[in-house]
Amino acid sequence: MAVVAAVPRAETQTAPRNLGDQVLRVVMRAAALTLVLLVVAMVVSMVYAAWPAMRTFGWRFLATATWDPVAEQFGAIPFVYGTLVSSLLALLIAVPLGIGAAIYLAELAPAWIRPPIAFLVELVAAVPSVIYGLWGIFVLAPLLRTWVQPALGATLGFLPLFQGPPYGVGMLAAGIILAIMVVPYITAVSREVLLAVPESQREAALALGATRWETTRIAVLRYGRSGLVGAILLGLGRALGETMAVTMVIGNRPEVAVSLFAPGYTMASVIANEFAEATADVYLAALIEIGLLLFVVTVVVNALARLLVWSVGGPVKAVRE
Amino acid sequence: MSWLSALAAALVVLPLLLIFGFLLWQGASAVNVDFFTHLPKPVGEVGGGMANAIVGTLILLALAAALGLPIGILGGLYLAESRDARLPWLARFLADVLNGVPSIVVGIFAYTVVVLPMRRFSAIAGAFALAVIMLPIVVRTSEELVRLVPASLREAALALGIPQWKVLLRVVLPTARAGIITGVMVAIARVAGETAPLLFTAFGNRFWHQTLDQPIAALPLQIFAYAIAPYDDWHRQAWAGALVLIGLVFAVSLAARVVTSGRFTGVR
Repeated sequence: MAVVAAVPRAETQTAPRNLGDQVLRVVMRAAALTLVLLVVAMVVSMVYAAWPAMRTFGWRFLATATWDPVAEQFGAIPFVYGTLVSSLLALLIAVPLGIGAAIYLAELAPAWIRPPIAFLVELVAAVPSVIYGLWGIFVLAPLLRTWVQPALGATLGFLPLFQGPPYGVGMLAAGIILAIMVVPYITAVSREVLLAVPESQREAALALGATRWETTRIAVLRYGRSGLVGAILLGLGRALGETMAVTMVIGNRPEVAVSLFAPGYTMASVIANEFAEATADVYLAALIEIGLLLFVVTVVVNALARLLVWSVGGPVKAVRE
Repeated sequence: MSWLSALAAALVVLPLLLIFGFLLWQGASAVNVDFFTHLPKPVGEVGGGMANAIVGTLILLALAAALGLPIGILGGLYLAESRDARLPWLARFLADVLNGVPSIVVGIFAYTVVVLPMRRFSAIAGAFALAVIMLPIVVRTSEELVRLVPASLREAALALGIPQWKVLLRVVLPTARAGIITGVMVAIARVAGETAPLLFTAFGNRFWHQTLDQPIAALPLQIFAYAIAPYDDWHRQAWAGALVLIGLVFAVSLAARVVTSGRFTGVR
């Protein structure tokens, strides 16, 4: 007992710590504080820079669809619409594929096929977005223009979604390129979620006589449901903020059109295209306000996603880049 | 249903193969020596290269690393070592928030705090934006890897009477070194292809930059500018640029893999 009691006393005796300890502590603390300050500075500087637009347009900014830099009338609706529609279209394509692929990788695939596929999925995530855009302009858009859009127009043309001239570039192209870009994330995170489902779940279902597919459906997917929703939201977070590839294929026209063939515009791509050219103060402030809006939306979506993914198997590593 | 999910996996991989196939096909025929050694030719003239953009990207990456890495690694060390209740939690949470922020928003931030006060686009502003994007990745990987260092190692060093700061810098950090280098490489690979945050910070430049407070060319910016231009020769060069860029990104990612695979690890 005497020895144990002596330990704290020994520590307090050396308590006037040496200088090195104090310096390193201060430096490390400063580094961590920098991170905090960066986020605070980000919010403050953007609100400050967007203030002229907020003051001039108020809530009207979010409720009007006019985007006229010459007359200095700005409304965010076409961009909010474009961002939402392109992202939802992307999820519509990417979610079934991503979760299907994750089921295959986590539950069904022979063991030897998993590492190369997991590696490939990682590679897709490493390709810079400007390269997806390049491919989108020169391969995807012509493909859509000559084959896919005429075919869709001929068969489903009675729906307003598939009417109008086939330009190639437009909302459909943006949705497809986004789907290609987010599907690796959805696959990777869903796979982690499925792998985190306890083995006893599967064994219990199998013991009740369930087939392999029934086991997956009843025991695995249901158990990991909230994690899968989280994976989808992470993909959504990516899609909402994705800039270059979308800018290159969406057609960049600030209009709200029902048809998926029509060109559109997203919040990120209007900033990318017009920011360096915005001369008037209000114009620049309006673009920054759109950036602020994008910031808030992505932060909310990502925070929600993380909570859901963590609820299944603890902090998942694949969530990082 | 099994074959359906196998089909889904195949469809996830297919676009990657298509993109790579095209990139190799179009890029390989367009890359030549001139591409690496020449400046862009004026509009209308065929030929020239992206030497300035390649160098510009390397400079931006070096500057961003110089800005972001020390803060990131020290911050990660703090998150792993600190026994505080509040600051580490907040910093960890904000690192994750920052990681999810679209890169174009980081570009706006860099514009408001660097470009506006300096009154011009510059390499410094571009590097600042890239550093902000790198920071959360570096902080979180460093933290994770420092946590993996066995407590016994720390205790042994402390028991020898070595002051804590020396234990951290000379024992803990070197032990986690290989992993931290991997994290750093992943972060560099991630920002190497970033275009959006450079559009109105580094801005691009068709010539050599003279000093770092001037606009600077970058490979992704050049690819973007050439891809949306109406000239066939520029399109050809955009493919060449894309091939070089992806080569750079994969070289860095592969290097990260080699480091983790353990060949170069080892506690000194």
